[in-house]
Amino acid sequence: MAHIGLRGGLPGIRGPMVFSPETTKPLCELAQVLLTGPHSLTPAEREMIATYVSSVNDCYYCQHCHGSTAAQHLGGSETEYEFIAEMKRDFESTTLSPKMKALLNMAGKVQKGGKQVTTADVERARQEGVTDKEIHDTVLIAAAFCMFNRYVDGLATWQPHDPDVYREIGQHTARLGYVGRDYTEPLEAIAAKQEFPVKKVVG
Amino acid sequence: MAHIQLPDGMPGIVGPLAFSPETAKPLLELAEVLLRAPNTLTSAEREMIAAHVSYRNECHFCQLSHSAAAAAHLNGDYDFVEQVKVNPEDTGVSDKLKALLNIAGKVQQGGKQVTAADVARARDRGATDKEIHDTVLIAAAFCMYNRYVDGLATWQPREREAYREMGQQLAHQGYTRDRFPGAPKAAQA
Repeated sequence: MAHIGLRGGLPGIRGPMVFSPETTKPLCELAQVLLTGPHSLTPAEREMIATYVSSVNDCYYCQHCHGSTAAQHLGGSETEYEFIAEMKRDFESTTLSPKMKALLNMAGKVQKGGKQVTTADVERARQEGVTDKEIHDTVLIAAAFCMFNRYVDGLATWQPHDPDVYREIGQHTARLGYVGRDYTEPLEAIAAKQEFPVKKVVG
Repeated sequence: MAHIQLPDGMPGIVGPLAFSPETAKPLLELAEVLLRAPNTLTSAEREMIAAHVSYRNECHFCQLSHSAAAAAHLNGDYDFVEQVKVNPEDTGVSDKLKALLNIAGKVQQGGKQVTAADVARARDRGATDKEIHDTVLIAAAFCMYNRYVDGLATWQPREREAYREMGQQLAHQGYTRDRFPGAPKAAQA
């Protein structure tokens, strides 16, 4: 059960988002700027950074939402979902570019703490042609997911383990982004199975 | 030296905010809503939560600037804020705020560290759902801001005196974007 009264049937961050619309606005805008739109890093690459940090932070909901969104950006087949799972386990031994590996290494340092990012980490990225903006955005994506993960787990939100839920979220998010959406709408994968907790009255 | 090329002379987060105006907008809006919007927790209380988490994350710039903001809200009682930042249990802050600072400290370690007992303690001392929500999100947000500031190795003035005026401005003028470099021209006018 969540630590505060949240609307039933809304998984992960969606409960707190509906609880607090005034903070949801900048949070969604931040995700939109960081993860969608034109950029020298593809949306799939940026979603992978988010997924990796969420995985190290052990946030079930965030790593599966963003992992699914990354997989959808890459094509959405089982092969891509398996690739994302491999990336979380050990990104260094995947077929990702040396540049992405250097950025994931940096994101992993940010997860431990800002001061853990060394000049050697930055140098490794620069040798792969990484720009200042890519370093900046990698650090901020990693830092932002240290926030989102704590928000989702710190309130003990409901996080279903049904893969269909995350497939649906990934499909929606890859197509629609993060802003201008109605997060109060029940997910089909949840409504179909009626597996959500009974609505708890707030207050 | 910072890990990326930032404008000279801008301390802490101010450099990255100027470097990246499109992310500065939601980052500043979030701080304004969390720390200054009307709330049953005072701005001083919320700034102390921010300062405590930043202290635990060892982010020099954030802990000094938000301590200074909290002190500015409290008519300059800097020593009191310092004590709360380091060890809230031994200070004269309310039992409710002690329980919320305890939750914030757990969030700093990791979201799952917040236990039902931590939440029950806060409820027993009168904390509402919104106050618990806001405490968790302030603590989580400063786990972001702290990593942003330190992860880019920004320039951070060492001495406390350098943060006094900043604290006054944050307390009384807030986190609105037109106060920060890199804002759109129209907003600066």
